[in-house]
Amino acid sequence: MMLEIDNLHVSYGKIRALHGVSLTVDAGEIVCVIGANGAGKSTMLRAVSRLVPAEKGGTMRFAGRNLLEYPPEKVVSQLGVSHVPEGRRLFGNLTVRENLLLAAFARRDHEAVARDLKRVYAIFPRLEERAGQKAGTLSGGEQQMLAIGRAFVSGRRLMLLDEPSMGLAPLLMMNVFAALTEINRSEGTAILLVEQNARLALQFASRGYVLENGHIVLSGDSRSLLHDENVQKAYLGG
Amino acid sequence: MTYFLQNVVNALQWGSFYALIALGYSMVYSILMLFNFAHGDIFMVGAYIGFGVATLLVALSAGGAVVLPGWLILVLTLLISMFLTALLGMLVERVGYRPLRDAPRASAAITGLMIGIILETGNLWLVGARRVSFPSLIPTATYDLGGVILTNKKIMIVLVALAFMLALHFFVRRSKWGMAMRAMAVDYVVVPLMGVSINAVARLTFAIGSALAAVAGILFSIAYPVLDPYMGIVFGWKAFVAAILGGRGSIMGAALAGFLLGFIEIFVAMAFPSTLRDLIAYSIIMIILVFRPHGFFGEPYSTKLRL
Repeated sequence: MMLEIDNLHVSYGKIRALHGVSLTVDAGEIVCVIGANGAGKSTMLRAVSRLVPAEKGGTMRFAGRNLLEYPPEKVVSQLGVSHVPEGRRLFGNLTVRENLLLAAFARRDHEAVARDLKRVYAIFPRLEERAGQKAGTLSGGEQQMLAIGRAFVSGRRLMLLDEPSMGLAPLLMMNVFAALTEINRSEGTAILLVEQNARLALQFASRGYVLENGHIVLSGDSRSLLHDENVQKAYLGG
Repeated sequence: MTYFLQNVVNALQWGSFYALIALGYSMVYSILMLFNFAHGDIFMVGAYIGFGVATLLVALSAGGAVVLPGWLILVLTLLISMFLTALLGMLVERVGYRPLRDAPRASAAITGLMIGIILETGNLWLVGARRVSFPSLIPTATYDLGGVILTNKKIMIVLVALAFMLALHFFVRRSKWGMAMRAMAVDYVVVPLMGVSINAVARLTFAIGSALAAVAGILFSIAYPVLDPYMGIVFGWKAFVAAILGGRGSIMGAALAGFLLGFIEIFVAMAFPSTLRDLIAYSIIMIILVFRPHGFFGEPYSTKLRL
């Protein structure tokens, strides 16, 4: 297993957001976590990125390393785990190109970075057209492309994606997911996706977990989850 | 007319000090969302470090150990003091502010005031209460341009200050670390997700701001060679005003506002009794801020800072 989370607890002050979550992602695999707003999906990704501290007792390992020993910037630069945060969180005052270059901040392989930038522009030609433009002026779809582009440049053994479909029109959403599929196939990037759009997520991923109030209540391969009666009732609109 | 031009020259020099100090204030404020109220005292310590280094080099030179020309002593003093003051700034960040990064902003403000008191008192303890004189390193040459008196020192002060401002501007615009600083100013929570260490950027920001304060301290000492341990307080407050007036996140703004402050003070003193100088000068600035509460180049910002 590439990512192994076992018995993860996370609290914000006195409020516990995750109650002993366990989850795995294999190399090159696409896994989704579905659940309602506030179920703890984003918190789980933030814990993997080390943006929020995990409580004692649980373990998180990535490629055999103890994730809990890494500060957030090293999770990215040394382990190759990138995180596309909820709401994209681009640096609106930097240009598109600068956003991508910043994502390569810790990298020393400058030629490979230049190649990666070209790859990003090949996957998302719109970004190349707007390379010199401030990221704050991009449309929603372009912003999501740039957020994924940044992740591609910063680290791509595993990408953590937080609600990439949010606020996108259906056609754009399809484009974004097609690009993600391509990255997964060509680079072997594993993807851990959290989504409120359960149908989309389960069609895209091979396996899924259902998170409710900080507990994993169900898991399995996507097909069986899509046909699960409870999942259909709660997340697929009947 | 010559009187006016003379005051323009004086205002440029006076504004150079404010501008250089304001840059450090502004950088720390825009990147870490805190006012380093110890910054004026870092300026003071920079001046004293400059005094110490210059005195030592002059003594060495007089003793015949190594004979250095005055201009070289000045350059060495500037560089060594910048380095040492940068180390002090990094220490202040590490010990004083890093533990408070997620604390209420008032805690950081109080810490800043405390650090200022420590620096002032520490200086009193080390150097004593007497004022010290900064050694004269280069002879003063005076030029009379149709009644406007220029000195080589005034010209040098303004040019050196401008050179450092330009250097900083290009560093922030063009370099990778400058890019990280600009990113951190808008959204520091996601900066680590780019593989960038927040602590490293914070450390660098304090180092640069403190080094510029040292430049201001030494330039000030060249123009007004008498130093005292409380010289940083008033300068700190005024540079703080300049940072606000320039607008959050704007290096150009802070520098321009620093010069503007210099001009307002000098020209108010030209027209009114000098005892009223600060009252009138800062009333003018208050009025400007009423109409531009975010300063010249600052944008109204939301505090969308947590993930």
